[in-house]
Amino acid sequence: MPDALLRVDHLTKRFGGLTATNDLSLEVRTGELHAVIGPNGAGKTTLISQLFGELAPNAGTIHFAGEDITALSTAARVRRGLARSFQITQLLFDYSALDNVALAVQAHLGHSYHFWADARSDRALTEPALLGLARVGLEGRAHVAVKEMSHGEQKQLELAIALATRPRLLLLDEPMAGLGTTECAATIDLLRKLKQETTILLVEHDMDAVFALADRISVLVDGQCITTGTGEEVRNNETVRIAYLGEGNV
Amino acid sequence: MTLALEQILNGVQFGVALFLLAAGLTLIFGIMGVINLAHGSLYLIGAYGAALVSQRTGSFILAILAGLAASAIAGLIIEFVVIRKLYARDHVQQVLATFGLILFINEGATILFGRQPLFVAMPPALSGAVEIIPGVPYPTYRLAVIAVGLLVAFGLYLFVNKTRVGMLVRAGATHRDMVRALGVDIRLLYTLVFGLGALLAGLAGLMAGPLLAVQVGMGEQILILTFVVVVIGGVGSIRGAFFGAMIVGITDTLLRGFLPALLRSLMTTSQADALAAGLSSMGIYLIMALVLLIKPQGLFSGQN
Amino acid sequence: MARTEAAAGVNPGARRILLLRGAGLVVLAVVLLLLPMTANAIGDPALITLATRMIIYAIAAASLNLILGYGGLVSFGHAAYFGVGGYVVGILYFHFAADDLFLGFIPGSNQFLITLFAAMVVSGLAALVLGALSLRTTGLQFIMITLAFAQMVFFLFVSLKVYGGDDGLIVRRRNLLFGLNMANDTTFYFVCVTIAALYFAVFWRLVGSRFGLVLGGIRQNERRLAAIGISTYRYKLVAFVIAGIGAGIAGALMANFSKFVSPDMLHWSRSGELMIMVILGGGATLFGPAIGAVILVGLETVLTGWTEHWQFILGPILILIALFTRGGVLTLLENRRAPDA
Repeated sequence: MPDALLRVDHLTKRFGGLTATNDLSLEVRTGELHAVIGPNGAGKTTLISQLFGELAPNAGTIHFAGEDITALSTAARVRRGLARSFQITQLLFDYSALDNVALAVQAHLGHSYHFWADARSDRALTEPALLGLARVGLEGRAHVAVKEMSHGEQKQLELAIALATRPRLLLLDEPMAGLGTTECAATIDLLRKLKQETTILLVEHDMDAVFALADRISVLVDGQCITTGTGEEVRNNETVRIAYLGEGNV
Repeated sequence: MTLALEQILNGVQFGVALFLLAAGLTLIFGIMGVINLAHGSLYLIGAYGAALVSQRTGSFILAILAGLAASAIAGLIIEFVVIRKLYARDHVQQVLATFGLILFINEGATILFGRQPLFVAMPPALSGAVEIIPGVPYPTYRLAVIAVGLLVAFGLYLFVNKTRVGMLVRAGATHRDMVRALGVDIRLLYTLVFGLGALLAGLAGLMAGPLLAVQVGMGEQILILTFVVVVIGGVGSIRGAFFGAMIVGITDTLLRGFLPALLRSLMTTSQADALAAGLSSMGIYLIMALVLLIKPQGLFSGQN
Repeated sequence: MARTEAAAGVNPGARRILLLRGAGLVVLAVVLLLLPMTANAIGDPALITLATRMIIYAIAAASLNLILGYGGLVSFGHAAYFGVGGYVVGILYFHFAADDLFLGFIPGSNQFLITLFAAMVVSGLAALVLGALSLRTTGLQFIMITLAFAQMVFFLFVSLKVYGGDDGLIVRRRNLLFGLNMANDTTFYFVCVTIAALYFAVFWRLVGSRFGLVLGGIRQNERRLAAIGISTYRYKLVAFVIAGIGAGIAGALMANFSKFVSPDMLHWSRSGELMIMVILGGGATLFGPAIGAVILVGLETVLTGWTEHWQFILGPILILIALFTRGGVLTLLENRRAPDA
């Protein structure tokens, strides 16, 4: 397909005797919000970690915008336009929220071999960072140390950081896990806006959110993609019903 | 040729001592995630314990028991008072605390026993030499040290691979949380491993007594070499500790044995000796650098 | 609303802190300026050399703090670069005095600025080579490897019989600088104060810069830095080299101060002491290590006055500090997350 931004072919990752992703293939098209669902242990987070270069697959290839990125480091992938948010937040806890986002802005601007000028009063960093924080609703919390923030705020911050690198493809690992209903609704609103601007691969357990947001959905079971289709198609798919939805999740 | 064989055996004997220290150190690293700089102090305590009893009583058997007991008791006290509180701390604090232990123990030994090195008499039964191959005599004591070391290595291998506790130790080195989840009394396991490490270090120390001068500072000298062994072998691996120790022991001994003569054929004697001394003490570090270039995690590491 | 904050850009609480800091700096400057006079007035000129030693160690400890405190890289071999800096001064003086050439083409020197610069270059290069190797590992291995490499450098100097081997090398006269009377301890004290002031000013800019922001991030979560597209290895290496250069400066000063260099400067326990200074004063703070240096050098001076076995007392003190404070006597650091082994 010419408009595939991300193409995964025959991706296999084994941990000892356990196969986390098993000959998995899927495609994310430019501009879509592509959700990946599946029962626990289906290999969703492992998939994201492989896409992001944090885990090396045993076999298979990953193409991003036509380029084979299977062997690239995480940082190199980010420079090509990938970003991810983490299910278990990976933040710089001693820094303020603003520092966290400003550092991502800084990384996106190029190298950081500036040894003299004060980074924290550098408008080229703070202005975009503050806008980014405002975007996820954290504008009033810019100077709060991350370790002082609530779980929900930290989740929002994860998003703001990922966005600050201006990704072409955003990998979101359960952005709603552990959030309250209002925070969830806010995140859904935000993702709805984001999908106008960038391509998103969303791993999420909240089925309402998935069916509300996703253009297409891939269903992972035992490390394999058993089907991909629109929400309607997936809902009506016999295999999916048996393998997954039959468990009463919808 | 004869000389080479002798030197190789000397290297193995040195390697065995390094292994005894490295095995404990690597297990403590691997399982508890603790860097224990005071491991060399346990070696020192074993050596002093044996040396003192040997001097007083003249009995080598009693000396062995005293050395083992001293290091094991010291190990348990250290674990209980200091190390136990460091498990969850970051490395900086572990370094600070165990560095403090070194200062305390070294200075304590100086106060008690003075700065004069102690010399330990060779046990009479082992003081002769054996012909390993016809016409090549080799000191019995060193052979005995090698034998004990290899025996311990084999015993450790059986313990770690064949027993239930060993299985836990092995699992603990790679999957700390899993062992905890199995409901194993992790604290007891830690104490056991630390005590075992102390015992091995003490054994190395007491066996070194008749070969080296027993003095303050001997612990750190060998500790740093032990670090090199663990780095080369890979953290948490007994097998790595064994082969790392052999590599370091044999290389170091051979370099010291043969480099001066080799260089003397190329340059003047005084130049050659100076250069050889420098190169041979740096040799093992260069090997370590080489290992780092090829396999940063060590030759036998299970980690990625 | 976000706009106005964006325009302000700085933390509202930061201004007060800046003011306090400014006041503290003024006090510090006054104390440093008046110290020699006061020492002479109370008839205790030994205070001047004591303060000089503290200042030199403050520079060395601060340089370690860049990687240990800010970057979270637990280097246990920092004395190597301190010693290399010292030996550069010693060896250049040796060839100056003998009026021959080092390695057959480098003339000796007794000019302070030249030897200082040479010390910075050589210790920086040493840090580049050893850092490039050591930084391939993390955690425990990194601690052991930095220690082991420092030991290698130690043995290198022990084996250099030309330069005194075990016994070290005497620098008969301090290096020359602008016609100052460097032999005078007060003059030399002020030279050290000036260099320390410059050093800490540069250090302050450095840790607040973009590079400093990255370095602090490396300590907190390397995975996060990779996830925003930063390859951390090179930043760590650059920091390691900068730290090595700082230790080289301190070593060069120490060689001039004590008119002597020996392998003792690179002994592993020296690395331990530098580390203690950083932890004692509080890592990742501008002046913490300096305070640590003052405390440790001071403690050593006081305790040696009581007993030659002062380490017997220092040891338990260190253990207590490690167990019951989370490092840092003054800036009790908060529960910093332990890096994964």
